[in-house]
This record gives sequence, C-alpha cells and structure tokens, in this order.
Amino acid sequence: MLNIAKKGLLLLGMLASVAAFASSDIHLDKAPVNLSDNASLQRGAKTFVNYCLTCHSAAYMRYNRLQDIGMSEQDIKGLILTGAKIGDLMTIALDKKEAKAWFGAAPPDLTVISRSRGADWLYTYLRGFYRDDSRPSGWNNVAFDKVGMPHVLYELQGVQALHHEGKEDHAGKLVLETPGKMKPAEYDAMVGDLVNYLVFMGEPVKAKRFTLGIFVLLFLGVLLVVSYKLKKEFWKDIH
Amino acid sequence: MNGLTQLLGWVDDRFPLTKLWKEHLSEYYAPKNFNFWYFFGSLALLVLVIQILTGIFLTMNYKPDAAVAFASVEYIMRDVSGGWIIRYMHTTGASAFFVVVYLHMFRGLIYGSYRKPRELIWIFGMLIYLALMAEGFFGYLLPWGQMSFWGAQVIVNLFNAIPVIGPDLSVWIRGDYVISDATLNRFFAFHVIAIPFVLAGLVVAHIIALHEVGSNNPDGVEIKKHKDPVTHIPLDGIPFHPYYTVKDIVGVVVFLMVFFGIVFFAPEFGGYFIEDNNFIPADPFKTPPHIAPVWYFTPFYAILRAVPSFAGTQVWGVLAMGAAVVVLFFLPWLDKGQVKSIRYRGPIYKYALTAFIISFIGLGYLGVQPVTPLFTLLAQILSAVYFGFFFLMPWYTKMDNAKCKPEPERVTG
Repeated sequence: MLNIAKKGLLLLGMLASVAAFASSDIHLDKAPVNLSDNASLQRGAKTFVNYCLTCHSAAYMRYNRLQDIGMSEQDIKGLILTGAKIGDLMTIALDKKEAKAWFGAAPPDLTVISRSRGADWLYTYLRGFYRDDSRPSGWNNVAFDKVGMPHVLYELQGVQALHHEGKEDHAGKLVLETPGKMKPAEYDAMVGDLVNYLVFMGEPVKAKRFTLGIFVLLFLGVLLVVSYKLKKEFWKDIH
Repeated sequence: MNGLTQLLGWVDDRFPLTKLWKEHLSEYYAPKNFNFWYFFGSLALLVLVIQILTGIFLTMNYKPDAAVAFASVEYIMRDVSGGWIIRYMHTTGASAFFVVVYLHMFRGLIYGSYRKPRELIWIFGMLIYLALMAEGFFGYLLPWGQMSFWGAQVIVNLFNAIPVIGPDLSVWIRGDYVISDATLNRFFAFHVIAIPFVLAGLVVAHIIALHEVGSNNPDGVEIKKHKDPVTHIPLDGIPFHPYYTVKDIVGVVVFLMVFFGIVFFAPEFGGYFIEDNNFIPADPFKTPPHIAPVWYFTPFYAILRAVPSFAGTQVWGVLAMGAAVVVLFFLPWLDKGQVKSIRYRGPIYKYALTAFIISFIGLGYLGVQPVTPLFTLLAQILSAVYFGFFFLMPWYTKMDNAKCKPEPERVTG
C-alpha cells in the first residue's frame, strides 16, 4: 500500500509542477492591509469619499457602517458631500449611460471590488498609472492595460512614464517624470490607506468574524474533550 | 405509571413511535468495528440539516430577481443581523456536502459497501449524489455574480450539443435565449423546493434500505451470519444508540471545528468555495476570460473538455461527462471480486483504485485550469484511467480473486 501511495504522490507532484509553469501574471506589489488600524481606515474612508465617490458608487455600503472603524455620527455627517442621510447607501448621481459615453465603460461599483480584484491588485493599480498619448484619456495603467479611467490622483502622485529600456517585450519600469504634491512615499501611504479601507468596505464584518471564530473554536474544543470522554465511557465494555 | 409513559403509550397505540425508535436506533445493530470512514454518513445528514436551516433563513431576505439578486446577497452580508454567518455557513456547507459525500462514496469503494445485498442502497445514494449536483448547480446561479451567470450559461449550452432538439431544449430550460431573470426564477424554485424535496425523500429511502439489510463494515463480512441463538442479536453487532450516537457526536464536533474554521477564517477558501469573479454582478455582455465551474464539478468538466469534437458535433464530450456519472450506478454488477473489503482483496484492485483516485483528483485539478495542449493530453490520459477503472473491472477483479486473502468468519478489531 505504501508503495502505491508513494507513486500516487509522485504523480500528483508532477501535475503540480506542470501547473507552476502554466501561470504568468503581472507583478503585484503587496498592499499594507491592517483591518485593526482604525486611523488608517479613517484616512482611507476620507480619500474614498473625496476622490472616488463622485464617479464610483458603493451602493451596498451604508455611511453609518463607518462607525465600525471608530467614526462618530458627527464625523460621518462631516464626511458626506451629498445630501445623503447617515443611514443611506453610498450611491452617486452619475448616470451610467453618460459615464459609458465618456469613459468607454461605466465606472464599476466599488463596494466589493477588493473581493473580486484583491488588495494587492488595487494597490498596484492605483500606483500604476502612466502617460500614454495613444489613449483617449492620455493615461494607461501597468495593472490594467487600456484602462478607461483617467488618473484622478495625478495632482498628488505626479506624472509617471513607462520606460521599456529598448526591449519591447520587457514589462517596463515606471519613472516619475513630473513630481506631484506628495512625495512618492506619502502617495504610497495614502494609497495604502485607501486600499485598506476598500478591503474593510468589501466585508465590514471581517475583523469581527476572526474574533468570534476564536471563541467558537474554543467552545468546540471544550465540547470535543467532553464528547470524547463520553464516548470512552460508553465504549469501555465493547471489545 | 407516570404521565409521560402514559402519553407515550397513547401515542404508540396510534403511531409506531417506540417501534421506530427501536428499529432505527436502540435496537438497530451495527457492526462494532466501524472506523474513521464510517463518520461520513451521519455527517452528510448533518450537512443536509445545516443547508436546509441556513437556506430557510437566507430565503427570508434573498430576492430572486435579476435586478436586485446581487444586492440582496450583499444586504444579507451587511444589514441582516447574523446574515453573514448564515450565508457563509450555506456556501461552506455546499462544498462540505460534496467533501463529505465524496469521502462517503470512497468508503463504499474500499469496503465494497455497494455489493450484494446493498445494491439499492448504492443506487439511492447515487441518486442523492445526482440530486446534490443539481442542487449545487441551481443554487450557484442565485448570487447572480459573473461566475454564477457564465457557469450556468456554459452548462445549459451543453444541451445545445444534442442533435436536432438541442438548441430548442436549451431555450426551454432557460426560458429565454440567454440566462436571464426567467432562468433565475425557475432555478430558485428548483433550488428551494423541488430538489430539496426529492433529496429528503431519497435520504429516507437510503436509510430504510440500509436498515433493512444492515450496515457493511471494514471487513466486508456479514455480521448477521453469526447471531446469538437465544436473542437473535448479531454477535458482532452493537445497538446504534447509544454506541454510535455518542461516537458520531465526536465526529460531529471534529467536523464542526473544520467547518467553522473555514466559515470564520477562510470562507472564500482561496476562491474555491466562493470565487473572486462572483463578487462582480452578472454582466451578459462581458465574458470572463476564464470560466471554471465550482471545484466539485471539475472532474466531470475536465472529462467534457478532454473529448474532442468528432463528425461535426461536440456531443461526445457531453456524453462522456454523463457516462462518467452514470457508470457509477453499475458498480455493484461490474465488481466480480470474491471478497468485498480492500483488506482481503488482491493487489490488482488496490492498484486500480489508487489509479482511479489519482485520475479523479487529477481531473478535478485540470478542470479549474485553462486549456493548454499539455493539459488536454493529461486530461485525456486521466479520463481513460477513470473509465478504465469501471470498464475493465469485471476482468481485473476476477483475475484478482486468485490472490485474495481469506476473509475472517467474524469481524476483526
């Protein structure tokens, strides 16, 4: 039996190594996600409402959910730019048809974008815009080729260009040509906060889920000991 | 006589309550040598209960309407108290159901539980498995994400391959030319009433048939051959209650630790239990670059893709996929071995079973990968192994009989 099992493992190993060759994706930078850092989440929420929430909706997210990251009702009311009430969903007035005509695609809802794209992709994308005069908007992106969205944050980041260093097949390197209002490190930190917030918004209950999970598993651990002893007691005379 | 006993007597005069309790629990004699593999039957029942209960609560807030279905799921995740835990239990439960059922079926394979006189138990079990696949398929459309939509689109389009009536048939199934609101509504009806109803009936039939002939065991010998001359109780049998009820509780707790470990710490399970693309609302105009079904369908999906189109039609792949499931029904009659349990079988069956398990897992893996020439070739080889296990079984199990070890008279430890 052991021999068969060994051969089986070998075959599975071969399959896995074949798989490793098959994948080739763009390089993603690691996003600094920390759902217990309320200060970062609040900064991210402000950036989100100020810069994103004009074209992108977050139509499944309620403003008052920001209380989960330590904001008071007053804080939240101060944040709201539209006439929305605190219990309202983060909807926008932008008409989808018009937006499609302007950008080529309607800006997607961002409520659960972190769950479909992943934090690292968002972090790379938001730092990956570069000038490309062949695009209608004048912008392109290393994580999303031929993206319809212009670089909304260019005033902060400045203008990047993609240098291929002579080789066309080379993935290229982003170079900051015109500095923005922020230093590169400041800009990265701001995007990090924003991505952190997007992860929170994707699943507001996530942090709570981990805490509750520990208690549930502890309870089950105790139950396991009790049920095992019960079984032992009943089975002691079965041979 | 106290009040409770009186009440029980009153009921027993009108309904066989005590009789049922005795027949199915306190005086149902199960072999005393059940091992690890015998936990998965009761666990499957537990998962069924979890799915029905969580499903009822999800139905209270879910809206089967293409315009609001996606939003109603997020509403459950955010605004319904405890909604997220109910939803994650349901999504994890769907995958757990298949894990448990696959292990339960594997148990049947290694100990020959499908053999005479348990052929009907196996067939009812296979029908449960079919119903479960239908339930999983219909349910997966309901969140109305991109994978829901395109997965359903791909599967329903398979019916297009059927000659002559195919295209009309797939329109009839969808109720529209593409997956749409009409499809969502009917899939909802199938998912919450039609299939669960069938499933419950089949589970009852599965258990009645089991309790009629009695359980098999890791030695594959019949405990009813050796009964106490006075009491007529099998010498190697012990009452299911309390012995196996207390034992199964331990199994239940271990299972729940894994189950809630996933629910609380990794509900998406790396994109295998809830796929990333399913967080994008269904968009009929945007095909995702890579469509893969949920993991529990992928072995059959890989077989479908492995078969090339031939004589101008792709129906062969669909037929092969169907055959891969249907062939399991015939297992009791394909196996010509003298002994039931792998413990006493010869080496050929052990090799064959190992090759089969590798092919099943390998095909499952290939089913989630994009198509490449190498992967297609691998899938073709593994499909041949998969079918070879069944089609060659009458011969290799007969050859194996020469090398069988003698079965014990009574069960061993």
